[in-house]
Amino acid sequence: MPNFFEFLKGHNWSDCSRNLHDIGSKDIENALAREGKGGITDLLALLSPLAGQRYLEELAQLSHSITLKRFGQAIRLFAPMYLSNECNNVCDYCGFSMHNKIPRKTLSDAEILREAGILKKLGFDHILLVTGESTKQVGVDYLAHAIEILHPHFANISVEVQPLDTESYRQLIKAGMHAVMVYQETYDSISYAKHHLKGKKTNFRWRLNTPDRLGNAGVYKIGLGCLFGLTQDWRTDALYAGIHLDYLEKKYWKTSYSMSFPRIRPYEGENIVAVDLDDRDLVQLLCAFRIFNHELEITLSTRESPQLRENLLPLGITTMSAGSKTNPGGYTEDIESLEQFSISDDRSPDKIANMLKNKGYDPVWKDWDFSYDQHKMTKVEERTDDHSHQKVLLAN
Amino acid sequence: MITDPLEIAGESFHSRLFVGTGKFSSGEILQETIENCQSELVTVAMKRANPKGLEDSILDFLQHKTVRLLPNTSGVRDAKEAIFVAQMAREALETNWLKLEIHPDPKYLMPDPVETLLATEELAKQGFIVLPYCHADPVLCKRLEDAGASAVMPLGSPIGSNRGLDSREFLKIIIEQSNLPVVIDAGIGCPSHAAEALEIGASAVLVNTALAVANDPPVMGIAFRKAVEAGRLAFLSGLGSKHENAQATSPLTGFLN
Repeated sequence: MPNFFEFLKGHNWSDCSRNLHDIGSKDIENALAREGKGGITDLLALLSPLAGQRYLEELAQLSHSITLKRFGQAIRLFAPMYLSNECNNVCDYCGFSMHNKIPRKTLSDAEILREAGILKKLGFDHILLVTGESTKQVGVDYLAHAIEILHPHFANISVEVQPLDTESYRQLIKAGMHAVMVYQETYDSISYAKHHLKGKKTNFRWRLNTPDRLGNAGVYKIGLGCLFGLTQDWRTDALYAGIHLDYLEKKYWKTSYSMSFPRIRPYEGENIVAVDLDDRDLVQLLCAFRIFNHELEITLSTRESPQLRENLLPLGITTMSAGSKTNPGGYTEDIESLEQFSISDDRSPDKIANMLKNKGYDPVWKDWDFSYDQHKMTKVEERTDDHSHQKVLLAN
Repeated sequence: MITDPLEIAGESFHSRLFVGTGKFSSGEILQETIENCQSELVTVAMKRANPKGLEDSILDFLQHKTVRLLPNTSGVRDAKEAIFVAQMAREALETNWLKLEIHPDPKYLMPDPVETLLATEELAKQGFIVLPYCHADPVLCKRLEDAGASAVMPLGSPIGSNRGLDSREFLKIIIEQSNLPVVIDAGIGCPSHAAEALEIGASAVLVNTALAVANDPPVMGIAFRKAVEAGRLAFLSGLGSKHENAQATSPLTGFLN
């Protein structure tokens, strides 16, 4: 199969939706008994309305024990760094949308390093670089350069930017990029067209095949997900995300995968659509994916409230952002008007780390090392020098 | 108590229980667990280690103990990456001991036999004390021995699975044939699994998940220490052979006496 777009031709949205509603108790009990090892059949059962109504506690218990076995009592922490809010797309749910009259900003080298300095002081070693989609202001060369200047300072750099071609991804990997988050937003092409009105992002197929290009480029990790609230049928959307994950994992078997389950948050200047995914649904979603895929990294963002984040913690979460600013330069200056969406959990990283400790989790700031990337780097000698610096620090 | 040290690369260890440091809820719990285990060899993932002096609950503790630090290359996908990480670990953590782990598959973390063999050969040439994590493959273990490994670390079952010695029959062949210490790594989910490993003649076991995710890791540390000691003593004292059927009370060859 050349790509996921072709693969999906074998699936039908309304059939999948109907199948979810036809699930019986036996299907769910089978899925629980074999701990989700029945593949998509089990995911279908676990995402069904019936599973949510009658088996939520069983799902939660199993999800918790699988997560504990695989990931232990440790939660990885990262921070997003917004490099630019320039965007040529018009999407009706996003603060960066081209028609929004907000000041636009793209960080310079000095500004990037200033943000980096603050994030380092806060304790972060894993960062996620985020931009809007503007080939002119934030093309692949800008991104590669940003990664190169940040690489000596952070153990792990991921990006969440516009979909690129395979060669561009290879260029970013060489610069030191570890992972790419590329959320499909919705797998329902009709809803997708309704919310993505102008710009390159209107191309559903190009976006859908992005993880294939990433797999071909050999990236370490691919982040998948839907933005819940774009389609009324969240269960089918989630099922498609599971089908995507299963397809990718079998095809690009050396890559690891992460997923997150964002729900639409308010942002500058728009009346927000109602989210049809309540907290109970979110718990089901999270547990269903953990049981379906024991190794999946599951990220929980500051979009959700502090209380909910704490309650979701034992149910399958492996990674959290903390103290996030969703505007370029946000750590240096507090200019909230440029933000992509407003966050709900605004506790500082330090407070989040303490909360984790109090709940019996080890907050993990570093779970990668630049030595892992060194063989593919373009500037090996420079990195080696940096390492001798490490040794001096160690000796002290 | 019998004096029965384990020798690896000319160094003696009293404890036959190695401990992995991932998945613990805090550095303090890890510390207490290791003390209770009396383990002398503790692995640390290079990707988790933070030798820059920033907050690192694992290294802070380990660098002040008498335990030997065994950096591992967990996270690398091929021999080339492993060699880079090994060199970095040697410099940053100041040890030439290395647990070589190459798993290109992030799902089940299955070790790549081809890349592991290549990396072992190269790293041994570069002066590393290489302890490769590998499948319970008897031929591969002999090849690793030829390539210069200082011990072999075949898996009991997939990492983190707690399934015990699913590879039992092959482990027995490896133990029978090996000139190197055989450390059973991965899948040991409870003290009885560890005891069994030592009973069948393994030199040591490496345990992580079963300790880290126990309700009370320090107490589980004591349980594992005792199980490993019991298993070793059972092996040394000579286990009776097992029989599928009861022994006939009227043997067919009795007339020969």
